[in-house]
Amino acid sequence: MSKLVLRLRTAPAFRLDLSALTPERLSGMNAEAVARLELAHGRRRTPVGEWFDVRGAGGERLVIEADGGRLDRIGADMTGGEIRIDGNAGAYLGIGMRGGRIEISGNADAYAACGLAGGTLRIGGNAGDFLGAALPGEHKGMRGGVVIVGGHVGDRAGDHMRRGLILAEGDCGSYCGSRMQGGTLALLGRCGIRPGYSMRRGTLLFMGPPPAPGPSFNDAGELPLGFLVLLARGWKDLPSRFAQIARPSTRVRRWLGDLAFGGMGELIHWPGPGNPA
Amino acid sequence: MIVNGVAIDDTFAEAFAMRGTRLIITAHNLAWARTAAVSMTGFATSVIGCGCEAGIEREVPAGETPDGRPGVAVLLFATSSAELGRQVERRVGQCVLTSPTSAVFSGIAEGRPLPLGKNLRYFGDGYQISKVVAGRRYWRVPVMDGEFIAEDTTAMSDAIGGGNFLILAAGTAQALAAAEAAIEAMRAVTGAIMPFPGGVVRSGSKVGSKYKALIASTNHAFCPTLRGGVASELGPDVECVLEIVIDGLTEESVRQSMRAGLRAVCALGAAGGVRRLSAGNYGGKLGKFHFPLRALLP
Repeated sequence: MSKLVLRLRTAPAFRLDLSALTPERLSGMNAEAVARLELAHGRRRTPVGEWFDVRGAGGERLVIEADGGRLDRIGADMTGGEIRIDGNAGAYLGIGMRGGRIEISGNADAYAACGLAGGTLRIGGNAGDFLGAALPGEHKGMRGGVVIVGGHVGDRAGDHMRRGLILAEGDCGSYCGSRMQGGTLALLGRCGIRPGYSMRRGTLLFMGPPPAPGPSFNDAGELPLGFLVLLARGWKDLPSRFAQIARPSTRVRRWLGDLAFGGMGELIHWPGPGNPA
Repeated sequence: MIVNGVAIDDTFAEAFAMRGTRLIITAHNLAWARTAAVSMTGFATSVIGCGCEAGIEREVPAGETPDGRPGVAVLLFATSSAELGRQVERRVGQCVLTSPTSAVFSGIAEGRPLPLGKNLRYFGDGYQISKVVAGRRYWRVPVMDGEFIAEDTTAMSDAIGGGNFLILAAGTAQALAAAEAAIEAMRAVTGAIMPFPGGVVRSGSKVGSKYKALIASTNHAFCPTLRGGVASELGPDVECVLEIVIDGLTEESVRQSMRAGLRAVCALGAAGGVRRLSAGNYGGKLGKFHFPLRALLP
């Protein structure tokens, strides 16, 4: 499998748009051709070679070695292949992605997995605000695919989310699942205030400490939910701590809401060892 | 050809193309999974009058089912894709959805999709919830004991119906014993079912009838009471004939099932009162799948 490696040589002064660099767009190109491709840098268009040392050949895999956090729109609209980022990424990581795989060892800035429709995005560090959300003014957030965050997640994760799965191994900020319309967001850590604010449908699954639902959520009490076994079994092949989760029971506590928006969403607290109900 | 004193006719079982699917029904315990499966596969002996042929294929241990509960695999067969779809929806809707603690999943990975929970979800009256897990969609339909979980679609594959053989025995007791031994052996074969009561049919049929309204009628050549009155297939040493019909997802599964049954019958042998083994065929006019008995033995 051919591999292209981009090593950041010079930290950009402004945001650098890397949306032109996806495995399918670079397929068949040699290092020189890739170095001549132009990237938007502020108001200017600059060649890749101005910022990166390029080696290898374009194909299935793209490796970006970068410490800076100003590399935006990595993997935008990508449909296949694999991008690995050794370091941190800027905003809009994997925006509009429809297939393939992105793996980042460090942190991702705001709007990662924005409008994600397919594929897998794994963030080893923390994710910024609006993970898996819709762009401002749009009504379609994440609508497919899987996002795994090894660290913490900022505010408004899953805003306008419609389908797909977000697994957060750390804590989640405030208003997670806001305006959610479907899909599943699960977290192992704590969450901030008002989870599920304005959600219509969808599932927020709390596998660590219990949430503190807002006043527009009704307590549905404790009950067993067999579908959680299906859900957890679906994680077993994912590169995440969620894959090892074993719960002795499917008994959960459930809240329905947001009652101001139809009340078809659900907050579920599925306690495990060390996290009693 | 004679095996253990049993004469094997030089004939073949004639089977025909069907559409089939496998469903996995799970429940709180095996007894309730089986109750749902038995109910769902009831009145499904023959496509002639039941719309489909169905039966329990095997019990599925909890570790092998999608939701980790004990389950039962059932196979359903029909003569067309549309009819199979109707039968699956009707039977799951009336017999599985209604059965306490049940859930239903596709048991086939490959093939054309066939609605399973796709339309049954509307029973949820808008309170149903969809979940896509590992690329497969499931419906959570609220019911009075919790949630009915149904996979959105199952898969439909080309299948084979009408594999068969006839046990010609000295008397009723011997024929029943041979048929029961055959069925026990055949139930160990996956991918095939024997849809008739207890797996056995005593009213084997031929194509057509003197009555224009009927498409099938009694197989008079194998009726002992007509011996002497018609061109009978039965000699004076045969008083009872029972048939076993097999439907399978593949030609190989039907072959394996027939082989298991024939061997079990031959193991009883002439000492067990089995005189002959034969098969139902229609001169090659009914179906393109032929299973010569002698090729399946010893």
